[in-house]
Amino acid sequence: MRAREARPRAAPRYVSEPKKPSLLSDTDFTPVLSRSALRYRKMRDRVIELLLLAAGLIAVFTTLAIVAILLIESSAFFKHVSIVEFLTDTMWTPLFADAHYGILPLVAGTLTTTVVALLVAVPIGTLIAIYLSEFAPTKVRETVKPILELLGAVPTVVYGYFALTMVTPALQRLIPDLPGFNMLSAGLVIGLMIVPYVSSLSEDAMRSVPRYMREGSYAMGATRLQTALHVVVPGAFSGLAAAFILGISRAVGETMVVAIAAGMQPNFTFDPREPAATITAYIVQVSLGDLPHGSIGYQSIFAAGLVLMLMTLVFNVIGYSLTRRFREAY
Amino acid sequence: MSGTSMTAPYLDPKHVREGLSRRKLLDQVFVIVGLIVMLACLAILAVLFIDLVIDGSERFSWDFFTNFASRRAERAGILAAWVGTSLIMIVTALCAVPVGVAAAIYLEEYAPKNWFTAIIEINVTNLAGVPSIVYGLLALGLFVYQFNLGQSIAAAGLTLALLILPIVIVATREAIRAVPNAIREAAYGLGATRWEVTKDHVLPYSTGGILTGMILGLSRAIGETAPIITIGALSFIAFLPESPFKSEFPFISFGWLDDPFTAMPIQMFNWVSRPDPAFQANAAAAGAILLGMTLLMNGVAIWIRYRFRKKINW
Repeated sequence: MRAREARPRAAPRYVSEPKKPSLLSDTDFTPVLSRSALRYRKMRDRVIELLLLAAGLIAVFTTLAIVAILLIESSAFFKHVSIVEFLTDTMWTPLFADAHYGILPLVAGTLTTTVVALLVAVPIGTLIAIYLSEFAPTKVRETVKPILELLGAVPTVVYGYFALTMVTPALQRLIPDLPGFNMLSAGLVIGLMIVPYVSSLSEDAMRSVPRYMREGSYAMGATRLQTALHVVVPGAFSGLAAAFILGISRAVGETMVVAIAAGMQPNFTFDPREPAATITAYIVQVSLGDLPHGSIGYQSIFAAGLVLMLMTLVFNVIGYSLTRRFREAY
Repeated sequence: MSGTSMTAPYLDPKHVREGLSRRKLLDQVFVIVGLIVMLACLAILAVLFIDLVIDGSERFSWDFFTNFASRRAERAGILAAWVGTSLIMIVTALCAVPVGVAAAIYLEEYAPKNWFTAIIEINVTNLAGVPSIVYGLLALGLFVYQFNLGQSIAAAGLTLALLILPIVIVATREAIRAVPNAIREAAYGLGATRWEVTKDHVLPYSTGGILTGMILGLSRAIGETAPIITIGALSFIAFLPESPFKSEFPFISFGWLDDPFTAMPIQMFNWVSRPDPAFQANAAAAGAILLGMTLLMNGVAIWIRYRFRKKINW
């Protein structure tokens, strides 16, 4: 330190002539970084690490905040409404004078659109995935995969427009007395919307089945189809289950398509030809109005949101246990 | 397939040959079915998109971009919507990208392998699967009423930032993981601290991946409707937020953060919900523009990924 202060400030340090080519003592050689600079660098590293950790913790806080907000606002809701009524009443009319608070119609609407969507997405998505992974020439796969990923980015409100203005009129030609708002059209479009997700993820899962398993099957004289159905699909089952679960979560949480095309009237039915509201559509409907903070209607969307979260949680737990049970280790 | 009679005491060659040709036929049939289903799916989506653009094309004009929403369909435009969307995207990008990249750096470069890190990782994975409308409820309870941001651009931007945070984190982690360890070890060997290694070596090499993740996240945010309806976006706005640029010092103002807003997907949803077919054309036009924006952003992301991959030689 003393050596450095003795020198004129203007001279750049690295030009100063070392007296002897010795690296061992810092009295005759000025290190480029002094001890205090080193300490500063270590301090800075520590501070930066804490900042980065804080950023990582935001993810944890977000989850906690979601759970906390849903529970707090729902508990205010359940002070007015008994849980028994909430789970057993078959009418959902929180905004009417004759208020009923039965979540069943909304759950029924959500399940119906989800089942219709999955009836479309799972077979088609799996078929496309098997084709792309086991049969398609490389060129086809390299072209189709990015297109599938691109389709996943299309805003859902655009799909809602398709359902209302294109798919419903087409369906009405097949089923003449189909109402303008119906769950069938919404479900079909959600299904079409999640086909790219399901097929892209399933394809990834099937591609990760090692090559030697296929070669073993071919060596036994199996065709590509036999190999695909009896070796690759079972081998990739955990990945396929994960893809389907993601599809279910998307379908359950899908909002805009049902809000636009399925109508917003709560209707306790499992008939996809009828109009009905889903949990998500109800939340949108309430948000479009101007409900005062703290009113029962305001609290009811958080109770509905809590049910939605619990439903996706259940599906995810099922998916997780399926994945664990059928995981193949190579 | 029952054609292979493995358990039969002896194999009749004729029987084997029949089974073989049947299996080969099935194989061919599947190729054709698979191809047809895939093409049919892509064709249906293509028809829908083309139809959307055709329906909307009659409304494409300069006025459509410079007019406010109106009760008369032919005079209505998307001025407030695209200005609102742009301002929200600025807030979202400024919040989500630094936080997301920082969280990813922590998880990849700093985090020790313990239960605490595992909790953060599980949280990031789970957040990616939370329905977007739940983020809307979170924002309604937290940003709008607890933090008193009201139904403002700031609240909307923060909501979408939380929504795309997992996307940014996952993309950045993948980009960072692709940097070979030899690079890090060389830098450590020269006495660099962890932050210096990260800042001077890891981040420059993973810029392409980070940018890709950022654009993909923003393209998701730009089309999200449900969460910003939930926090109370207005669909009929005939004024612009306060301008971010001022003619006198300090030239920049943040008054717009507090302003009420509308956004492209909200405007489209509002028009779709009207029975009048004239408004449906407006909805189609807005939808086509929205679609064009997301596809363009995704195209840019793919291009950036490709370019950076070509530029780097390990």
